[in-house]
Parts: sequence; structure tokens; C-alpha cells
Amino acid sequence: METYEILKAYWWLIISILASVLVFLLFVQGGQSFLPGASDEHKGLITASLGKKWELTFTTLVTFGGAFFASFPLFYSTSFGGAYWLWMMILFSFVIQAVSYEYRSKSGNIYGTRFYDTLLLINGMAGPFLLGVAVAGMFFGAAFTVERVNLLDPGNPVISSWGPLHGLEAFLCYKNILFGLMLLMLARTLGLLYLINNNDNEELVAWLRRRLWWNAPIFVVLFLIVTGLLLTAEGVQTADGSLVRVPHLYLDNLLSRWWVAILLLVGVVAVLAGIGVTLLKDCRRGIWATGGGTIAVVLALFSLIGYGGTAYYPSTLDTMSSLTLANSSSSEFTLTVMSWVSLLVPFVIAYIAWCWRALDRK
Amino acid sequence: MNDMITMVDWARAQFALTAIYHWLFVPLTLGLGVIIAIMETVYYHTRDERWLATTKFWMTLFGVNFAIGVATGIILEFEFGTNWSNYSWFVGDIFGAPLAVEGILAFFMESTFIAVMFFGWKKVSPGFHLASTWLTALGASLSALWILVANAWMQYPTGCEFNPATMRNEMTDFWAVAFSPMAVNKVLHTVTSAWALGAAFVIGVSAWLLLKGRNDGHCRRSITVASWFGLAGILLTSITGDTSAVTVTELQPMKLAAMEGLYNGSTEQSIVAFGVINPSKTVDNDETPFLFDISIPYGLSLLAHHDPHAYVAGINDIIAGRAVNETGDTINTVSYAERIERGKAVRAMIARHDEATRAGNTDLADSLKASINADFKYFGYGYLERPQDAVPNVPLTFYTFHIMVTIGGYLVLFMALWVLLSWKPRLLTDRKPVVRRLWYLLAIITVPLTYLCSASGWIVAEVGRQPWTIQDLMPNHVAVSDLSAGYVQTTFWIFAVVFTALLIADVGIILSQIRRKSLTDLDKCND
Repeated sequence: METYEILKAYWWLIISILASVLVFLLFVQGGQSFLPGASDEHKGLITASLGKKWELTFTTLVTFGGAFFASFPLFYSTSFGGAYWLWMMILFSFVIQAVSYEYRSKSGNIYGTRFYDTLLLINGMAGPFLLGVAVAGMFFGAAFTVERVNLLDPGNPVISSWGPLHGLEAFLCYKNILFGLMLLMLARTLGLLYLINNNDNEELVAWLRRRLWWNAPIFVVLFLIVTGLLLTAEGVQTADGSLVRVPHLYLDNLLSRWWVAILLLVGVVAVLAGIGVTLLKDCRRGIWATGGGTIAVVLALFSLIGYGGTAYYPSTLDTMSSLTLANSSSSEFTLTVMSWVSLLVPFVIAYIAWCWRALDRK
Repeated sequence: MNDMITMVDWARAQFALTAIYHWLFVPLTLGLGVIIAIMETVYYHTRDERWLATTKFWMTLFGVNFAIGVATGIILEFEFGTNWSNYSWFVGDIFGAPLAVEGILAFFMESTFIAVMFFGWKKVSPGFHLASTWLTALGASLSALWILVANAWMQYPTGCEFNPATMRNEMTDFWAVAFSPMAVNKVLHTVTSAWALGAAFVIGVSAWLLLKGRNDGHCRRSITVASWFGLAGILLTSITGDTSAVTVTELQPMKLAAMEGLYNGSTEQSIVAFGVINPSKTVDNDETPFLFDISIPYGLSLLAHHDPHAYVAGINDIIAGRAVNETGDTINTVSYAERIERGKAVRAMIARHDEATRAGNTDLADSLKASINADFKYFGYGYLERPQDAVPNVPLTFYTFHIMVTIGGYLVLFMALWVLLSWKPRLLTDRKPVVRRLWYLLAIITVPLTYLCSASGWIVAEVGRQPWTIQDLMPNHVAVSDLSAGYVQTTFWIFAVVFTALLIADVGIILSQIRRKSLTDLDKCND
């Protein structure tokens, strides 16, 4: 394997790790989505608990975007410029979150606490759902074409073209909707598990457990449906220098890569175990198993679509426009520079864990 | 094409809106972050509870401001992709790297340690807390560093090579990107100006409290730290402003000419200290550039080249290809008309390269690549219809430059005076109440003036380089996404309303917090 190919694979791994950590950290959004039904006392406890962590989710989202831009800029330019409305809705839902924790209980807050709680609810529900719809395009495809040489046309210099709905068409595909709903229910499940772990108030914990009883099963059902759809979906594969459509490509990839299969299996078991011990036993540490399992599952799914010449962003309009690690990455030089920087990531994770632990100390 | 131009205008307007709103909050984060860290350091060493109260007071305001800075910042990053899709591909290989470094190194540092800063007072040791406060300030500055490096590259694309096979610029020298003269000047100038803004904010708020007769001790402590810090900041800003002028003269002469409204340059060029631009003046007519102006002899030659006798090129000279070489002699360079022709020729060669590559004719492709690289610096001109299209908005660049310099000069005096007053407080306390009130009012008025100065600086930097998204390589209309103007217009207004609502909320909370905290927490200090 050439150095350049290794670098592309390495950066796809970094993107996958950031994506998986982001999905785990969506517990913040999931927790926010329970604010409407909570009493004022419980709302205070929930926002105090989530308020220490929201920035980490936000920063991970921003870094995920930045890392994608840096390592696979063609995805960035194609998806963001194309699925315009979808990404703008996602941005809007996160913008309104950024101020809400700081402003909701401050004096002089002219819009009132309820207003900011509504913003947190919108972010909590719309954020994970819309992210899910957007990411579903990486599995089920999106309607775009790419022609770089168009840049030379002064009358219409357009590299990436998209359909007239510019992202709204994603909502017309039931698979994308199911993916979005699954991510929303996962975020809510993670949110409940996190809050159960992070609170001492027995009344609140009991209230959260009752909600876990119906949220977690809905998530599991949705996860099974989406996994089924994904493994039977058609994918785009590199073959003899060309890109071709292959039926149930992701299932083939799963069966041919034992390590991905194991990662997926371990992840699923851990997710279910975390939920199970929280529901069936008086355990409060389910978030760690479910969170860890979530990271493993997302890593496995990203491995299915990124490696081995599989297109991680299939085009439903023009197969040859589909994006692969090979045709959308940054140059070898840039990936090398960024790889040196990425060596600091373990250090960053270490100090985040250290600070997190210090802040959660009772 | 017309719809695309309108789309370009709306995309530019949206970016300007987001950037200006974002920049209302970022400099305060940068400046106030360091001021708070200095105050907490004093507390750490003295264990004087009054310093702790002062630190916490400013920390509250820092938190309110920080949140809205984060909210407006995320839009900027993603707008590169949503509105400027071609640009994202064309420069992603270079621009993305600083952005990724920013995310990995700076954002996590900032977002992790700010949580410790706010929630860790009783959970971590005082030393750990102090380190967290400094790391939050450092993280904010590192964020600024990398995004400013990226911006500097757009002003002066260096350390890269165009690859016709991928149709993009590819990085060849990371250090050339990170330490280009444009980047070094931009980072230092911007960060130190933010220090001055943070200091002006602290002095202004303290003056407001003094005007109300409250918290004398707290205000004196705050003003002492802020005035010294602000003086250092504004002096460094002045020095880096001077070096920036030399860099702009060399690398973006058209911007310098627009900053001064200079159409026909000369040796021993004077600088306009004050002037009213003639609105009918364009490069196409011979009208006088100014309706009224007061000029300082030799001033622009001195500013641009540090030599009172040096030649400074005007807009017409630059278009005609007259410039100055390293030794200060007037020379002929490539005229804009010829750049347009060469740019078109490069474009045609890239198209032929693409055809040759697709046909498998590698020999032809390789030979074309050498010719492409030789003239690629004119690539962007090939998209312009006439030389005049490469001239920025002169009145806007001129006025904002002069506003920035005038307020910047005033700030040097302002900070120096407050250093003196904090050192010799009796110079103020022994005066009549009406004189003191005037001083306090001046300090309060200085806060919005400093914001105006800061925003003007950015307008000079960004409007002055128009019509380029990337200097000489990519004009705005080639950089945008394939969107209709109505889409961008819609989101422009949505974000305008949201940001304005958030700004109102932000100001309301800050004013309320100043009032409340000054009457409660600070009053407990009994000083």
C-alpha cells in the first residue's frame, strides 16, 4: 500500500472516530429533548448537568466539519453547497443551542427562561434528526454530480451540481427519515443514560428510568430496521478504475471484513447491555457501555462505506460522480502535515477526560 | 449569469454579516480572557478576596460574550461549504489544514478549560483553576491564530502549487503558509488590537460604575490592569499596523492605493490625513479623486516603504503595470489587460491538459503543466472582463482605513492617559466632579469607538482585496456554490434576525449582570 493510500485511510479513520464520538456526545441533545415534560426543579438539574458538556459536543461537531474539509474537501464542497437547506437547518439548530445554557437563567434575560428551554428542545430534537438525515446520504446516496473541469467555464463555473430542492429532497426518502429518527432515539436513550449516571436526585433518576423504558425499545427497533435497509442497500464500488453500482455492497463488505463484523457485534452487544443493566438492575453506569458500544457501531459503519474502494458518498444521479477516498481527498503533503498534528489527539483526549473527571467529582 | 452575480452579492453579504457579528464578540473574548487571567494570577499570589471578586465579575461577562461568539462562529466555518463550494474545493487542500489544526489544538482546549474556569472553583485546586483560565485565553488566541493564517493565505497565496489534474491548489510548504509575512502581521495585528478592545471594555464598564459612585476599589483594580494591558496592546497594534502597511504595499498594492484613494502615484507621495472622496470619481474618468483633502507631505511613501522619497503606485499605475521593485525603482510589470489575456490563456491550457489526461497523452499533459505553472499567478484575471473589474470599492476602503487609523491613534492617547490616572489617581480624584464625569463619559464612549475601529480594520482588509476571494487566483463569482440568489437571500434574513435578537439578548444580559454583580458580589468586598 502506498503512503498516500495509507494517509487517506488514516484520515478516514480520524473522521470515523470524530463521527462516532460526536454521535455519543449527542447525549446532550438527547437530554435536552426531555426538558418539556420535566418539573422546574428537574429542568434545573438536567440543564446543570448537560451545561458542563454541551461545548464538547459543539466543538466535536465543528472539528468534524473542519477535519472533513481538510482531509476530504470535495465532500465538503459537494455536500454543504448542494444539500444547502439541510445543512442550514442543522446549523440553525446548533446556533440557538450555543447561547441557551449561558442565557437561560441569567438576570436580564429579556426573552425568559422558557424561550431558551424551547431553543434547547428544538436543538435536542432537530439536531440529531437532521444530522441523521444528512449522514444517511453517505449510505443511501444523494442527488449530485461532480465535474471539476466546469471550473474553467466562466459563464457557469460549477464543480458540484445538485437538484433544485438542494437538500430538501432528502426528506422525501423514507430511508433517510428512518435514519434520522434512529439517531434521534439513540440520542434520547444516551441522554437518559447520561443523566441517570450524572445525577444524585432519586426522584429525577426514577423519572428518567420511566422514560428509558419506552425510548430505548423504539431505538432498538429503528436500529434493526435501518441496519437491515443498510445491509441490503445498493452501493458504489471502484472496479478497474471506474465506479459501478453493486447490490448489497455493504453486506458484502461486512462479510469480507471480519474485524468490522466483530466491531459491529461488540458494539451492538455493548449498546444493549448498557440499556439492559440500567433498566433491569439498579445500575447507573449504563452510559459507559452504551456510549462505548455506540462509538464501536459508528466506527464499524464508517468502515463499511469508506474502505476498499467503496464510495462513501454515492451519487444517485451519476455513478461516476460518487465520492471515494481516492477521488475526494487532500494531497499527500497536506494529509502528511495533518497527520503529524493528529498525533496530539491522544493528548487532547487525555486532558478532556482529566478535566471531565475533575468536574464530575462529587 | 445575472442571477449568479446577485447570488454572489448575497453570499458576500451573508459572509460579511456573519463575520461582523462574530467579530463583535471574538475580540472581547481574546482581550478579556487575558485580562481575567492576569487578575486571577494576582489573586493566586496574594489570596486577596477582593481580587477574586474582581476576577469573577469579569468572568461572568466573559461567559455571556463567549457563548454568542461560539454561536456566530460555527456559521462561518460551514458557510465556506454552503455558499462557497467551488472555493472549498479550489483551496481546501490548503485552507482545510489550518482549520483542522484549529479544531484539534485550539477549540478543544478552549471548550474544555472554560468549563473548568466556570464550574471548577470548588472542584479543582487554585493552581489548576488558574492554569485553566490561562489555557482558555490561550485556546482562544490559538483559534484566532489558525483562522487568521487561513485568511492571510487568501490575501497572499503562497506555499502551494496548482495541480491541473485535480483542478485545485495543493500545499507544498506548510511553514510558508503559516509564517508568510501576511500571516505574521495579520495574527499579531489582530490579536493585539483585540487586547486593546478588551481593555477599553474593562475601562469603559469601570468608568460607568464610577459614574454611578459604585465599587471604587474594584474599578481601580480593573483599570490598573486594563490600562497597562491596553497600552501594550495598542502600541503593538500600531507597530504591526506599520509593518502591515509595508506588506500590503508589496503584496496587495491595489488595496493600498484604494486605502488612500490614490489613482496616480508618484515619488515622495503625500498621505491624506483627512479627505472627502469625490463620489463621481472612477478609473474611467479624469475627475479629481477628492472634493476636499488635507495631506501630509511624504506620508504615504514613508508609510508604504519607510522611505520619504519612494514611489507609491496608484490605481491607474497598477492597472497600467507600473510598480516599484525591491530597490525602490519604478519599473513596468504586467498590465491588468495583459494579465486578463494570460489568465485566459492559462485557462485554455488547463482545459487542454484535462483533454490530454483523459486521452492518456501524458507527454502533452506534462509539457502543458509547466506552462500552466509559469503563468498561473494570473489565472484569476482570466475571469475578469476588463481591468477596471479588479478595482475594489475605493470610498469604503478609504473611509474605513481612515476611521481605523484615527481611532487607533486616539486609543494610544486614551490608554496612556488611563495608565497615568491609575498610577496617579489623585490627578482625577482631586478634580471637580464635573471633570471626573467627563472623563468617565469619555471612557464609556470609547467602548463603541473601539468596536468601530476593529470592524473598520476588517472592512479594509476584506473590501480592499475585492474582487478576489483568493488574491489574483479566484474572483468571487467563480468561488460560489450552485445556488439561486433567493436561497441565500432567505437564509441571510433568517440569520440577520437571529443574530440581532441574540445581540439584543447579549447586551441586555451584560448590562443586567454589570448592575446586579456590582450591587451584590462586589459590594461584599467593602473596598
